[in-house]
Amino acid sequence: MSIFINNDTKLVVQGITGRDGSFHTKQMIAYGTKVVAGVTPGKGGQKFENTVPIFNTMAEAVAATGANTSVIYVPARFAVDAVFEAADAGVKLVVCISEGVPVLDMTRVMPFLKEKGVRLIGPNCPGLISPGQAKVGIIPGQICIPGPVGLVSRSGTLTYEVVYQLTRAKIGQTTCVGIGGDPIIGTNFIDCLQAFQDDPATKAIVMMGEIGGTDEQNAAAFVKAKVKKPVVGFIAGQTAPPGRRMGHAGAIISGSSGTAAEKIAAFEAAGIAVMKRPMDVVELVKARL
Amino acid sequence: MNLHEYQARELLRRAGIPVPPGEVATTPAEAKAAAERIGTGKVVVKAQVHAGGRGKAGGVKLADTPEQAADVASKILALTIKGLRVEKVLIAPAAQIVSEAYIGVIVDRASQSPVMMVSPAGGIDIEEVAAKTPEKIFRMRVDARYGLLSHQAMELAFHLYTDVALVRQAADILQKLYRAFVDAGASLAEINPLVVTPKNEVVALDAKIVVDDNELERKPAIEALRDVSSENPSEVKARDANLTYIKLDGNVGCIVNGAGLAMATMDLVKYYGGEPANFLDIGGSSNPDKVVAALQIVTADPNVKAILFNIFGGITRCDDVANGIVAATKQFTVKVPIVIRLTGTNEQEAVRILEGVGMKAMTDMDLAVQKAVEVAKKGGAAA
Repeated sequence: MSIFINNDTKLVVQGITGRDGSFHTKQMIAYGTKVVAGVTPGKGGQKFENTVPIFNTMAEAVAATGANTSVIYVPARFAVDAVFEAADAGVKLVVCISEGVPVLDMTRVMPFLKEKGVRLIGPNCPGLISPGQAKVGIIPGQICIPGPVGLVSRSGTLTYEVVYQLTRAKIGQTTCVGIGGDPIIGTNFIDCLQAFQDDPATKAIVMMGEIGGTDEQNAAAFVKAKVKKPVVGFIAGQTAPPGRRMGHAGAIISGSSGTAAEKIAAFEAAGIAVMKRPMDVVELVKARL
Repeated sequence: MNLHEYQARELLRRAGIPVPPGEVATTPAEAKAAAERIGTGKVVVKAQVHAGGRGKAGGVKLADTPEQAADVASKILALTIKGLRVEKVLIAPAAQIVSEAYIGVIVDRASQSPVMMVSPAGGIDIEEVAAKTPEKIFRMRVDARYGLLSHQAMELAFHLYTDVALVRQAADILQKLYRAFVDAGASLAEINPLVVTPKNEVVALDAKIVVDDNELERKPAIEALRDVSSENPSEVKARDANLTYIKLDGNVGCIVNGAGLAMATMDLVKYYGGEPANFLDIGGSSNPDKVVAALQIVTADPNVKAILFNIFGGITRCDDVANGIVAATKQFTVKVPIVIRLTGTNEQEAVRILEGVGMKAMTDMDLAVQKAVEVAKKGGAAA
């Protein structure tokens, strides 16, 4: 089992002929993901790598292939238009990899997605992978193996680091989700915690947070109230100065709010085992499986 | 990106909000001439720096005559406020004030929408009002698809004033502020104080706008307002090379791919008793040139006693990073030891490239951080 994506995922790639889109489409296909279509306006009728049909619009792609998921690799200034188009075309899950999406664009698209009942993951995220079944996005497949741990993270390479530690210790994963480093994102920690709680194959959850905002604090309260499975957590940014954007648009301490200390305290109060170093994930998860 | 007060005032004026006249001066003589042109007698001289608490730092002063304006300006232009040199002052008429209010709009993470805020307790730091008297702040969520509607603006304005003539003026300003916020691609726009004059006019005295960096590509007119002189030169150089760099005070220079991993690396340096010298994210598809630029920036910091590379190859190829390190050491001498950790995509190739020039690479993040801390403690003497 897994969350959000599995063997039934039928994926359409928005921006399939772009530099990033084409590179990662090959990787996703090699991993075994069912990539059923691509969209690039003006290239409808062509085929990607002689196999995947390309359409001019999402509406055509979904009508012709029955795709249920889309992934977006278009430049940031077009990304929200692509999200609107995907949701309008009827896919139920949209994964937006693009980094640098203006936050006001996100405030326009979020109410639309809620009305349509569409889940967005990202933007500015590495996507997700259900090892052995499917990957949507850019997480390297070779560092993951199937197993009992569900992982959710606001970061990219830090996620890889922790997954790699788990895999080296032969602890596999149900699904690893990178929810993205922006201030407004489609899927938050709580959405993923709920899904992992409901997934019978997931036996333990790893949650990788960072400075900025209150998502981790809200997630900690949710863990305390609703999550019956063991949770291990990490917060990046203990040495970050206030008022500075630490790479991710959302990783900023505003005034005295959103600090690592405040988030770690919230985790501890909720009974979440807190890693002091990324490598601690192995011992903490092992002890709870 | 932060705008200066004079830039924010100009954007609000163009949006139709009543803003008193004002001029920017960079010398005492210019300040005197500006005060003469304003011609209202008393003027206020305000430091234009990206730092809060200007008033407390002596950066805001009144002047009765143009000569006094020149004198005051010369003092303010000699100031350094929170590490930032004052290069410009704003000269504006000293307003007569009946009452002061606060109005602002932010992008709110929790509700995922713009939120308007108003408070009759204006003129002071709004975070302080929020902490001490939260009942004096009124908030309203705005549906970004429709903008701030008339009745919503009126409802907010009635929290500020009882006289309907003032309420109507404030409601109009609120709607114009919201539009200016969207047009600038801002994440924050505020007027503090919004004042009532003895003639019963509602006027914006001070303005603050913070622009979302992700908007700048499609808003060249806003990007053109960037004041490079008010930023750290290393951070400007990093931005030009498409890197994110933030200088700190420690001695372990960090070069990492990915923001989360970069923060975790700095934290681990601290965990092992060291102090990180910087945050530096070389980003995703790193070409060797970016690595050269990163090394130039980090080695320019005289506090740095050791440099730590922490690369987890995904999209980033380890061999690109290795080639960048080799290219950099050929272009200039790196005087401090470099500790390299890399793993993932093309790791073997990278190890060979580095060994070819007598450098070693580690694969374990934890061990590499410990080593870099240890080397820095020895003053970077021996690797």
